[in-house]
Amino acid sequence: MFRTKTGEEIFVIDGHTHFWDGSPANQKNIHGKQFIDCFFAYHTNLSPPEERWPKEKFEKYDARTMYDDLFVRGYDDMAILQPTYLTDFYKSGFNTTERNAELKKTHPDRFILNGAFDPRDGTKGLEHMHELKEKYNITGAKLYTAEWRGESKGYKLSDKESYRFLEEAQKLGIRNIHVHKGPTIIPLNRDAFDVADVDDVATSFQDLNFIVEHCGLPRLDDFCWIATQETNVYAGLAVALPFIHTRPGYFAHVISELLFWVGEDKILYGSDYGIWTPKWIVDRFMAFELPDDVVKETGVPLTMQAKKKILGLNAARLYGIDVDAQKAKLKRAA
Amino acid sequence: MPTQPASAGAMSHASRLAEVWDSLSRVTDPELDRSVTEMKFVSAVTLGEDGRVGIRFRLPTYWCAPNFAFMMADDMRAAVAALPWVSAVSVVLDEHMYAETINRGMAQGCSFADTFGEEADGNLDDVRRIFLLKAFQRRQEAMLLHLRDLGFAPDALARMTLSELDALTLDEAGALARTRYLERRDAAGPLAADALAFVTTEGQPLAPADFAAHLKRLRSVRVNAEFNGALCSGLLAARYEFDTTTPLKSQRPHS
Repeated sequence: MFRTKTGEEIFVIDGHTHFWDGSPANQKNIHGKQFIDCFFAYHTNLSPPEERWPKEKFEKYDARTMYDDLFVRGYDDMAILQPTYLTDFYKSGFNTTERNAELKKTHPDRFILNGAFDPRDGTKGLEHMHELKEKYNITGAKLYTAEWRGESKGYKLSDKESYRFLEEAQKLGIRNIHVHKGPTIIPLNRDAFDVADVDDVATSFQDLNFIVEHCGLPRLDDFCWIATQETNVYAGLAVALPFIHTRPGYFAHVISELLFWVGEDKILYGSDYGIWTPKWIVDRFMAFELPDDVVKETGVPLTMQAKKKILGLNAARLYGIDVDAQKAKLKRAA
Repeated sequence: MPTQPASAGAMSHASRLAEVWDSLSRVTDPELDRSVTEMKFVSAVTLGEDGRVGIRFRLPTYWCAPNFAFMMADDMRAAVAALPWVSAVSVVLDEHMYAETINRGMAQGCSFADTFGEEADGNLDDVRRIFLLKAFQRRQEAMLLHLRDLGFAPDALARMTLSELDALTLDEAGALARTRYLERRDAAGPLAADALAFVTTEGQPLAPADFAAHLKRLRSVRVNAEFNGALCSGLLAARYEFDTTTPLKSQRPHS
């Protein structure tokens, strides 16, 4: 909960958190090492110096540390756990639904547990989706279209197999599809960050919401163009938000583009924990004001109402959270 | 390879190095539309015997898209090979998931498709074109904003021909914007003197009534590219821990 100077309570849902194990003991190969090293570079580059972690903590943190960082030191009221399996890089996976489920089990009111699926797994993958639904009653999933899987170096949401999976997800009520469109690798000869496949499936699956993580960066321009034409495409702010500290001018431009094209009802806050921690990000976001020249350029302000929606109300709507009831529940638990 | 002119032997080591750096400075990261030297991707240039040149480069992450890595390596090779005294160019990419493959391809003078074989699934022409057009859009925005601030109205800009743009008297910033724009203008259509200076990516005229909307689209291209540039610079600095001891300074004759 964030409290403004006037005492107003702002309900915060962190749309993007991870409980990972990137430690050397779990690394399967050089890619596993390079993967966590790359995350660490994001962390060191964009965190304020006093918020930087030692490498060992970054590679693997425990459940208690995460809980404290999010809900005790940080302002999060709830957090969505997004899995990233990476089983080709890590022996027991990087950040699986099962691992995340430990946190959900201990703190059921704090976490929203999302699953994952991969169309390349075929019928077995569909069965796994059913299992996740039955076992955890998931309502959202994180897709990582650029993940390596054996010979395959990725897939597109618009692939035939992917359609089968999305149809099944729609049927099961797994309606929030978070798509990682951000730092990725392949396909080699195409634009690996292309967001056109989101456009395709957003049109075909009107009952699903597509939350494009990292707001399509590094293809923000293409993403904005798509999102403006689709009613069920949302922008996740992870990776863009921490610029608020090191390079606020860039953040001002990015959030303004999103407000202009996508709109304040379709932008979701995410810390991307443990790459960044909610405390400083939310503090700075709440204190942030767009420079006059940027507002003049786009004609769109970042109001207090927009901040509230971005920090929690939009995610609450997508995940069917009754904010007042949830607040009361968390108060009772405390 | 170009032949070596008789006077080449007279060139000093330092001036050859300067020529190589100068050629490299005109090679861009296609995604960012910024020079590979300005981005500090080039980590070393060495001169060998008989006009041989060695170039080493590195990227912000181990995962940077290999297609762009290949394009930059290939463009650097071509740019330096065009210098008259250069007999051979080796380009080596460090610490990248595809370093070995790309370096082998470079050493053997292979195309992208040959370097990556079946994995490549075609060539890079399409992706190259996408990013040439983005560079075109970004540079067009800079030119249009400059001219707008000078008082040009949308209908005047929509009507302006290439020769008229060329004839304008501009200050240093304006002239630079014009040079940069004209370098990419052909991405959107032929460059006849009476062709329109400002067109869409499809080569169509701009409608004065849509001018504001057109600028908004260009703005999002610019914001995206600038954000990416900042992210890449930051990641490179974090990865290689730049501070006061970057080896570039000692090897680079001018910045």
